[in-house]
Amino acid sequence: MAKELRLMKGNEAVAEAAIRAGCDGYFGYPITPQSEVMEYLMAEKPHERTGMVVLQAESELASINMVYGGACCGKKVMTSSSSPGISLMQEGISYLAGAELPCLVVNVVRGGPGLGTIQPSQSDYFQATKGGGHGDYKLITLAPSSVQEMYDFVKVAFNLAFKYQNPAMILSDGAIGQMMEKVVLEDQIPRLTETEIIKKCPWATTGKTPDRERNIITSLDLDPARQERHNLKLQEKYKKITENEVRYETIDCEDAEYIFVAYGTSARICLKALQLAKEKGIKVGLFRPITLFPFPVNQIKEMAGKIKGILSIEMSAGQMIEDIKLAVEGKIKVEHYGKMGGIIPSPNEVLEALEQKIIGG
Amino acid sequence: MTEEIIIAGFGGQGVLSMGKILAYSGIMQDQEVSWMPSYGPEMRGGTANVTVILSDNRINSPILTQYDTAIILNQQSMDKFEPEVKPGGLLLYDPNGIIRPPERKDINIYKIEASKEASNLGLPKIFNMIVLGGYIKIKPIVKLDNVMLGLKKSLPPRYHHMIPDNEKAIKRGLEIVEDVQKV
Amino acid sequence: MAETLTKQDIIKDENIVYKKTKLMTDKVLSYCPGCGHGTTHRLVMEVIDELDAQANTIGIAPVGCSVLAYEFMDIDMQEAAHGRAPALATAIKRLMPDKFVFTYQGDGDLAAIGTGETIHAANRGENITIIFVNNGIYGMTGGQMAPTTLPGMKSSTCPYGRDVKMMGYPLKITELIARLPGTYFVTRQAVHTPANVRKTKKAIRKAFDLQKQNKGLTFVEVVSNCNSGWKMTPVKANQWMVDNMFPFYPLGDIKVDGELVK
Repeated sequence: MAKELRLMKGNEAVAEAAIRAGCDGYFGYPITPQSEVMEYLMAEKPHERTGMVVLQAESELASINMVYGGACCGKKVMTSSSSPGISLMQEGISYLAGAELPCLVVNVVRGGPGLGTIQPSQSDYFQATKGGGHGDYKLITLAPSSVQEMYDFVKVAFNLAFKYQNPAMILSDGAIGQMMEKVVLEDQIPRLTETEIIKKCPWATTGKTPDRERNIITSLDLDPARQERHNLKLQEKYKKITENEVRYETIDCEDAEYIFVAYGTSARICLKALQLAKEKGIKVGLFRPITLFPFPVNQIKEMAGKIKGILSIEMSAGQMIEDIKLAVEGKIKVEHYGKMGGIIPSPNEVLEALEQKIIGG
Repeated sequence: MTEEIIIAGFGGQGVLSMGKILAYSGIMQDQEVSWMPSYGPEMRGGTANVTVILSDNRINSPILTQYDTAIILNQQSMDKFEPEVKPGGLLLYDPNGIIRPPERKDINIYKIEASKEASNLGLPKIFNMIVLGGYIKIKPIVKLDNVMLGLKKSLPPRYHHMIPDNEKAIKRGLEIVEDVQKV
Repeated sequence: MAETLTKQDIIKDENIVYKKTKLMTDKVLSYCPGCGHGTTHRLVMEVIDELDAQANTIGIAPVGCSVLAYEFMDIDMQEAAHGRAPALATAIKRLMPDKFVFTYQGDGDLAAIGTGETIHAANRGENITIIFVNNGIYGMTGGQMAPTTLPGMKSSTCPYGRDVKMMGYPLKITELIARLPGTYFVTRQAVHTPANVRKTKKAIRKAFDLQKQNKGLTFVEVVSNCNSGWKMTPVKANQWMVDNMFPFYPLGDIKVDGELVK
């Protein structure tokens, strides 16, 4: 069968991917620049295509808690929003992480703080990778840099979320959400039946049958000793994720003297900057983290021994750079270049920054 | 082959949909494509622009500051994007509403009386397709057959009855585009 | 004849007038003596037992005194964040429409922090049942003012009595909910006398029956006491409830068969 190709916006790709990944429920609230996710779902009538539930909630608070309710039942559930909405969801995300529930949260990031702007940004890196809500927890965080990856990572994120019983986040931005690219679509994965869910998620609240004890989903345990044990278990899980799930891409890194580290839209800008650099005879490569948690610490550490300097390119004041610096352990120079407020740096600016801050600096 | 295009004009002129059809045409001939719009409140009747890239290779930055081709449909866009055409590149514009024609000497300049032609044909809505026809006449990077396939793909079925008019407009565009300056 | 009666002689089926509710666990209730939560828990579990619905019911516990409701109810349960229970219930019911889904919430949870979720779930006509226990005070956190605290009533955050000019009026959320087209059965009951217990049970049963018929949201308020928070003996607290709470929150059906009771 010929591949099914479509020209899609990043936001539409997320929606189509959700239907085809066998997602059971989407709960959301409109916010620019990601409203196309729910618009596309509603237009597609997934309740007719697969039986998937799509509901516009009264707020992001409600949508993340609907996700919580669905996740407790072992269902494949998700929401999407953009920065201010994701801030509102942090309470629910913390509860999901505390109760060890799988789900997908898509953040199509816009500039902040506050209402900020509707233009693309990467200033939610800390919030996504360091916790975001209260308590010691982590989200599995995937950073797509193309519309195809917006599509592909929905399935990847659901699989990781269920594998580790942990919320997963796709950390995108307004540019990738709004732009259209060619997408290769995969075949429909059927939604799980209740029997299949009971087998796959014996912990789920599907109704207490005589053959088992009742299932309770809670993030509450008032006994400090038990609560600490629970936290240690969570940390053990994050360690396992760190060991097994690091994803990244390298381009022209083999004989590079300098490296750009960038994810998402910034990585796309850097690709163009690599081209411009080559014309000038500058040996620079791109290291693109695909998982932001787990962050590719070891890979960057190893690379640091072979190069002269790293320029971190982010559409923020410099957030990921802290993780890069931790990985590099002071061995080489690491600098940040970026734009804020919804501005995307140009490839020329990026290359100039490399010349000034790293090569000449 | 990589072709980096900016299409810019007023919201409502069909700037975004012209870009979409062009991008879909690229997919029809197995190319990589990207379509990056300006988005936000300016879409509501103000200026709108879209960056379209067609390439045989993986597309790097979807956002550019220099273009192989600029398709300009109003004066604001002329002011903004004329300086951003690469030397030796192409600027195609509709003179309707343009009070200061392009002045650069190092780029190829073409014009197309698309809005005039569209109203002559009594089909003001397919103005953008006349422009598209003009563009593929100058730069046949996408085949007409693939444009027709792209058009069909990017229009929802309820608009498919308009395909013949669109085709007519594209073909008309092929005929009426005229060169102003070649370098 | 001086035969001694043994315990076994007494515990005979014909002598038994009361048994532990089947769907209540053996866990000792954490509620204060005299509190209405224990009775209300029991009534909900009795109804589920009568409906033979243990395998088909998912309950949602709130944040408040009944935060640990899942320790006492022998069914699958989820613990919601403060006020969000109706959002959870919405998703569960839509994803598993054949299950009974209910939330069990107090006044702070339902009528303060969770007002949005409550109103919108009701307005969407979600086929869920909400059990709302209203004692006019935050019990768990130590007796602070609730959205339902009566005018003039004292609490730790209105130690001189609720001054409505400064602190606003008590919210009659049940009357408010009843006005929404998505609700089908809305009632206010109490559990301080055997007669009221029977009425409340009937109301809960009715709510679950209607849920099965997909009629829309069903809502049972139980006006209750909080002898600790009110700083009274259980007997006095009940009397205070009759004298002060009931005039403001009158018992009875507010909406039946989708129609407001005149």
